[in-house]
Amino acid sequence: MSEGVGAAAPGLSDASTKSRAARGKASPKGAARPSKPGNTARVRSLVLHALVLVIAAIIIVPIAFGVLGGFKDNGQLSNNPFGLPSPWVTSNYTDILVAEEFWRPLFNSTLIAVATTVVVVGVSAAAAYIFARFAFRGREFIFTLFAVGLMFPFAVAILPLFILLRTLGLLNNPLGVILPQAAFGLPVTIIILRSFFRTIPAEVEEAATLDGCTPFGFFWRVLLPMARPALATVSVLAIVASWNNFMLPLVVFNDPSWWTVPIGVRQFQGQYSDDTAKVLAYVVLAMVPALGFYAIAERQLIGGLATGATKG
Amino acid sequence: MSHSADQITAPRPSQTAAAPAPVKSQKRQGRRWLTITLFLLPALVLFGVLVLLPMLLAMYTSFFDWNGLGGRPTDFIGLENFQRLLTDDIFLGDLKRGGLLIVLSLLIQLPLSLGIAMLLNQKLRGRGFYRLLFFVPYVLSEVITGVLFTMVFSPNRGLAEHIFGWFGFDDVGSTWLSDPNTVMYSLFFVMTWKYFGFHMILYLAGRQSIPNELIEAAQVDGAGSWQAFRHVTLPLLGPTIRISIFLAVIGTIQLFDLVWVLTGGGPLHASETLAVTMFNDGFRRSDIGYASATSIVMLLISLVFALGYQRFIMRRDIEGAITVMQDKK
Repeated sequence: MSEGVGAAAPGLSDASTKSRAARGKASPKGAARPSKPGNTARVRSLVLHALVLVIAAIIIVPIAFGVLGGFKDNGQLSNNPFGLPSPWVTSNYTDILVAEEFWRPLFNSTLIAVATTVVVVGVSAAAAYIFARFAFRGREFIFTLFAVGLMFPFAVAILPLFILLRTLGLLNNPLGVILPQAAFGLPVTIIILRSFFRTIPAEVEEAATLDGCTPFGFFWRVLLPMARPALATVSVLAIVASWNNFMLPLVVFNDPSWWTVPIGVRQFQGQYSDDTAKVLAYVVLAMVPALGFYAIAERQLIGGLATGATKG
Repeated sequence: MSHSADQITAPRPSQTAAAPAPVKSQKRQGRRWLTITLFLLPALVLFGVLVLLPMLLAMYTSFFDWNGLGGRPTDFIGLENFQRLLTDDIFLGDLKRGGLLIVLSLLIQLPLSLGIAMLLNQKLRGRGFYRLLFFVPYVLSEVITGVLFTMVFSPNRGLAEHIFGWFGFDDVGSTWLSDPNTVMYSLFFVMTWKYFGFHMILYLAGRQSIPNELIEAAQVDGAGSWQAFRHVTLPLLGPTIRISIFLAVIGTIQLFDLVWVLTGGGPLHASETLAVTMFNDGFRRSDIGYASATSIVMLLISLVFALGYQRFIMRRDIEGAITVMQDKK
């Protein structure tokens, strides 16, 4: 055991090395793992916990400021920024929860996110099937074209897109947001789906074909059901991207009845710029759907971002 | 290969397919191309019309003086827009500020994310919770983050002022976003708050794909924690780090939402980015040709960086990185 301690010690701080010998009584757990003697492990774990707590505080404090701030009035915000509200003012939240300017954007964002996801996943799945399962001249070229699309900044397209949508009469029309969002979502969706479709053994396709499956039948009845996890991943990514999109709805929707959540938040902030507490309440309520979605789809989201990042 | 279903059904079609070979295969070839076309067409149309065409239009428009009205641009001025950019202080400032944000990201944000990832890789009570929590800012949209932090930084009712008041910096507390000298650092703070969780997740995924035996072996050989990290973990994280750098740089070049909400590019253009300048010129001043030239420069910077980076830095480990990431979870 003492060899193990010596080996691990140089990496630890001097202070802990000094006291190590004095209080060498290792807990049973420490004894099982010779590289972590009880005392240094305790100092270490204290330091680690302290660090993690500081970071957690930096994350939580602004959000808690928003949540609690929503329960204060503006006088309290100036005089009592850190304490709990006294008295608790609930009118900020309740006013917003009955206001159309909160629910309308929520509905619009949901509609647009779902529609975008259906379009981008459907269209990408069909294309990814071809890229994964058919060999033909020009395939790599077309695929590269999509892959390069990953690097196109959306901001470059926004002006021509605006003019294009204006010409097509799609301003103040949800399709004016849904279709471009879907188009810009194609590269990452196709790349992830293609690599998943490739992992399905050729024998499966042969068996299906021999059983009389057409290419479409195989795609629809065999490939898509097998690809459910990958479809869930790309759907989650598409929903989040659509939900958070700001620039496109900003220029497409003049009409307040089509505003999405980000636009609604932004407008609300402008409209009530001198009522900080009310704006905080709105922002906090606008966070709830995203956080709820994160709670449900955490695995797909994190897994998808990691794979999406590396494939791109 | 060894599926019994294959063996049972195999003889039947091979008999029928063998006999009328030429006619059938031609027909089948036609069917094949029909399938390829039908499946690929929606993606091609969508991508062509709404991604490639706007990119080409932006390039085209950047050679014109155009206010966006009246159908098509007619006033061809060659490279004049680009020449104007070269003497435009706002544009040159955008490049400088973008560079500053990139340097700060590489020197502070990414090492911080890496450190936190390593921290959460230790045995620590509640680390699952911390991982979830640290990713929360990334889940919130840029707009929500931006609006929340305008409140945090706001002069009268904000939080930052009071926190810095504790430490005796009363004077700086209220001008985080309104002082041209501090605004970039405030912006960078919010960027870090929002994005470190994403890089942390990448690093955690990368770290989990490194077998613990390798690190333990180094420690048995006498390496301390730091040495083991420096000489074993860090090199093996190479592919992940290179990807994370790539994404941080690309994201910073295109930064818009957060700046737009937090400062609108102000005060006095002190926090403007390329995308914000482009947006202002295009939508506020209707100087479409000039705004397009700005956006084309942004596209070129992105593409040159992306291609150069992949050619010289990421090429050797792209394959490895992908398999590593697929193994996780």
